Amino acid sequence: MFLNFFKYLNKKILFVILFITAPLINADWFALNMTRGITDISNEVFELHMLIFWICVVIGVLVFGVMFYSMYAHTREKNPVPATFDDNHKLEIAWTIIPFLILIAMAVPASKTLIKMYDDTAGDINIQVTGYQWKWQYRYLEDDVSFFSNLATDWDEINNLVPKGENYLQEVDEMVVIPTGKKVRFLITANDVIHSWWMPAFAIKQDAIPGFVNTAWTKVDVPGIYRGKCTELCGKNHGFMPIVVKVVEQNEYEEWVGIKKEEAQKLAELTTKEWTAEELVSRGQSVYEVNCVACHQTNGQGIAGIFPALVGSDIVLNNKERNIEILMEGVQGAAMNSFSYLSEVEIASVITYTRQSWGNDEKGDGEVVVPKDIVDYKEPKI
Amino acid sequence: MSAVIENHHDDHHHGPAKGITRWLYTTNHKDIGTLYLWFSFAMFLIGGAMAMVIRAELFSPGMQIVEPEFYNQMITLHGLIMIFGGVMPAFVGLANWLVPMMIGAPDMALPRMNNLSFWILPFAFFILLSSLFMEGGAPNFGWTFYAPLSTTYAPPSVTFFIFSVHIMGASSIMGSINVVVTIMNMRAPGVGLMKMPLFVWSWLITAYLLIAVMPVLAGAVTMMLMDIHFGTSFFNAAGGGDPVLFQHIFWFFGHPEVYIMILPAFGIVSHIIETFSRKPLFGYASMVWAMLSIAILSFVVWAHHMFTVGMPLAAEIFFMWATMLIAVPTGVKVFNWVATMFRGSITFETPMLFACAFVVLFTIGGLSGLMLAIVPADFQYHDTYFVVAHFHYVLVPGAIFSIMAAVYFWIPKWSGNMYDERLGKLHFWLSFIGVNVTFFPQHFIGLAGMPRRYPDYALQFADWNMVSSVGAFLFGFSQLLFLFIVVKTVMGGKKATDQVWEGAKGLEWTVASPAPYHTFSTPPKVD
Ligand code: HEC
Ligand code: HEM
Ligand SMILES: [Cu+2]
Ligand SMILES: [Cu+2]
Repeated sequence: MFLNFFKYLNKKILFVILFITAPLINADWFALNMTRGITDISNEVFELHMLIFWICVVIGVLVFGVMFYSMYAHTREKNPVPATFDDNHKLEIAWTIIPFLILIAMAVPASKTLIKMYDDTAGDINIQVTGYQWKWQYRYLEDDVSFFSNLATDWDEINNLVPKGENYLQEVDEMVVIPTGKKVRFLITANDVIHSWWMPAFAIKQDAIPGFVNTAWTKVDVPGIYRGKCTELCGKNHGFMPIVVKVVEQNEYEEWVGIKKEEAQKLAELTTKEWTAEELVSRGQSVYEVNCVACHQTNGQGIAGIFPALVGSDIVLNNKERNIEILMEGVQGAAMNSFSYLSEVEIASVITYTRQSWGNDEKGDGEVVVPKDIVDYKEPKI
Repeated sequence: MSAVIENHHDDHHHGPAKGITRWLYTTNHKDIGTLYLWFSFAMFLIGGAMAMVIRAELFSPGMQIVEPEFYNQMITLHGLIMIFGGVMPAFVGLANWLVPMMIGAPDMALPRMNNLSFWILPFAFFILLSSLFMEGGAPNFGWTFYAPLSTTYAPPSVTFFIFSVHIMGASSIMGSINVVVTIMNMRAPGVGLMKMPLFVWSWLITAYLLIAVMPVLAGAVTMMLMDIHFGTSFFNAAGGGDPVLFQHIFWFFGHPEVYIMILPAFGIVSHIIETFSRKPLFGYASMVWAMLSIAILSFVVWAHHMFTVGMPLAAEIFFMWATMLIAVPTGVKVFNWVATMFRGSITFETPMLFACAFVVLFTIGGLSGLMLAIVPADFQYHDTYFVVAHFHYVLVPGAIFSIMAAVYFWIPKWSGNMYDERLGKLHFWLSFIGVNVTFFPQHFIGLAGMPRRYPDYALQFADWNMVSSVGAFLFGFSQLLFLFIVVKTVMGGKKATDQVWEGAKGLEWTVASPAPYHTFSTPPKVD
């Protein structure tokens, strides 16, 4: 019978089974507990967790111990005549007061740790973290450095078309970099819906809420790469907007800030350069893939009923002004948000890309949008 | 109506009408109880099927069978259907069947409203489910529907969702008014408040909670409706509104709501443990006081669901301490159950097995709840699978096991037939193993760092997710056995005696099995 079974198990099925079970090799059967933190605070939280855990275990063992003993010793066979008592005031007072004392013993250290976590003074470095559907933006307030951090895992891995890498769903295209030994404060907010910024190694979890700025701080002494996730349901790709923080020594950090500033400089120069349509389209394609595919899809067809198609859209075909306006202002009351935080080059190129792709160039006016148009749009209107 | 005429000479003992109209027009508490119970079972299966979809997707990393967008619709509908369609109507069904019989009343106080409160429910869920076929899909913002994901960013079907929540709310409010009025006015002479069976007490308290918080939920969804269609900005930060306000309102409803789903279970389990231990319940008065204090405290702990929204320090500390306080009366109840069993003369029929599992597994859920109340630790647990494990431990082997225990316990009285004990035990063991294999590993997954409401996950979570999915399939398919057992019992079987269980006490066991269509038309004598 077994042999028979294998006969039917042709190569294709075998492949599917292998594919599904392969991740188990990477899996960690011993990931049973919270991981110990790497900062003073996150270690304290870990200790607190273990303390309450063991208190709960002891309570459980005592209560279930008595119960299991009764279930074993006080069955009808072993104890045919039941007792008749139905209260005992001393016992009842004891099991009200004692839990009360245990609770206080737990709540006091918890409150102390909490007070430490709530230190709200400015940091040596202050980073504004903004949640977007579905990526994070980081702005270093002192240094004028700002960038987006997107999921770097290939969608082919997610769709099981190629094997999954080691950091599947936990890798980003650009990590947040912070130095060791400095107090870093995060100012957390959101642009569209509520997200939540969770970095387990620092024991930070703060909701990112539009219209609010929440704060959290950390001071890390161990260099390394730490991974976290969004923990508030924020729509379709909630599971696909990870957080990665790289902690480096101070000098390495300064070097990194220098590089980031140079990049910003270069970008500014790009804005004034003369652009050909081809250059814009090829640059726009990558901007589109990062920022727009989630809703309007790779083929520009959108999703019926929620996200409109850009293919054949009248705005994209013939209305350059409105097209720029939509990108810059968003559409009130809809999921189409303003993209004004992108650079002029990015906005111009992505618009040009949508106007020139999927046959739109033949049906519409096919006009290109250059970075200068966006700069002009931004000029105060009189 | 012909049935009434035929039996006219027999005045008070006429039976039910024939055919479908019996169920459509009925004002009989037993018929309505049956309707509620079957309805909730149907919803349990639909919500369960959605859980199977979720666990199948999570069986291994990568997106296999659904899209992330549809996955979100599944978790949302699963939560809503289980809570509002599964657990709550089942408890209302039990209240309908049992409360009048337990207090010696002929029926519920407001029979016509009783009919209405049931018959609007199927429409609510029809509307909710039909949203699956609308453009843009079903609601996809989680059963907690936080704004602005559920307003500005919601699919168009959110309007139907709001309407459906309104209908559910109306049904619950009518149902609970009925329970309160019945208990307050229709107790047989001699049934004083402190003599009421605990199930009646638990429902009296639950009904008050419902009346207090369902209007709050209605207010929340109405504000959403205004934000979506009438240009207000209650929850829209861009218009000067406050998304956190939504969460305060929601959880002011939501936390009492979780007690609405567990208090009746406390009542049921007390009856079952007492009966099969053949010993009076330990600490009746303290049981009542514990339920009252839980109910009152449940109004001042709501923000423990919001420790990460950035509340001021003082608020965090207040809500932490208040939440931990609830553990005291909850502990008292558990200790009382154990003390009831102590030196009893116990047998383990199916209802008792479910009740014992309830005590142990509910306590595990309560203990993890205590851990969640510790704010600094909650920063690590919140919105991970640890929370999913916590509330499934209190809801599945908590609320759902108590409902199953109740069905096994009282079905001989309802149908006149004994259920098949061997199959009942088999159903219990499959469910017990299934539940633990499903939900225990979720503690590990959560602590290791997997957030909830994720359609896909990093590789280190693969192993325990697979175990959890296997457990879920086992649990899911075991419930078809439950359906089979119930149908088999209703169709026939060994005849039940009036007393049914050797240790059973209470007015419902004094009437014939199956319980006649009308009971206690003249009040019983109780001393
Ligand atoms: C979060 C989902 C989302 C993302 C990401 C998104 N859009 Fe949109 N977009 C929408 C929605 C929804 C609308 C429809 C708005 C309305 O109600 O008119 C829309 C409308 C548009 C329109 C107008 C189409 C028409 O015919 O009305 C254009 C042009 C557009 N988007 C371009 C873009 C570009 C370019 C990007 C990437 C930079 C992008 N969108 C990213 C959701 C999105
Ligand atoms: C000792 C008693 C209990 C305590 C101390 C407790 C504590 C908590 C806390 C602090 C949370 C929030 C966790 C978080 O999101 O970080 C929570 C969530 C939850 N609890 Fe409890 N709980 C208890 C009993 C119950 C009971 C009896 C039920 C229902 C029958 C229940 C159902 C839930 C549900 C459904 C959630 C999740 C809600 C959501 O975010 O979707 N809990 N509990
Ligand atoms: Cu998210
Ligand atoms: Cu709660």
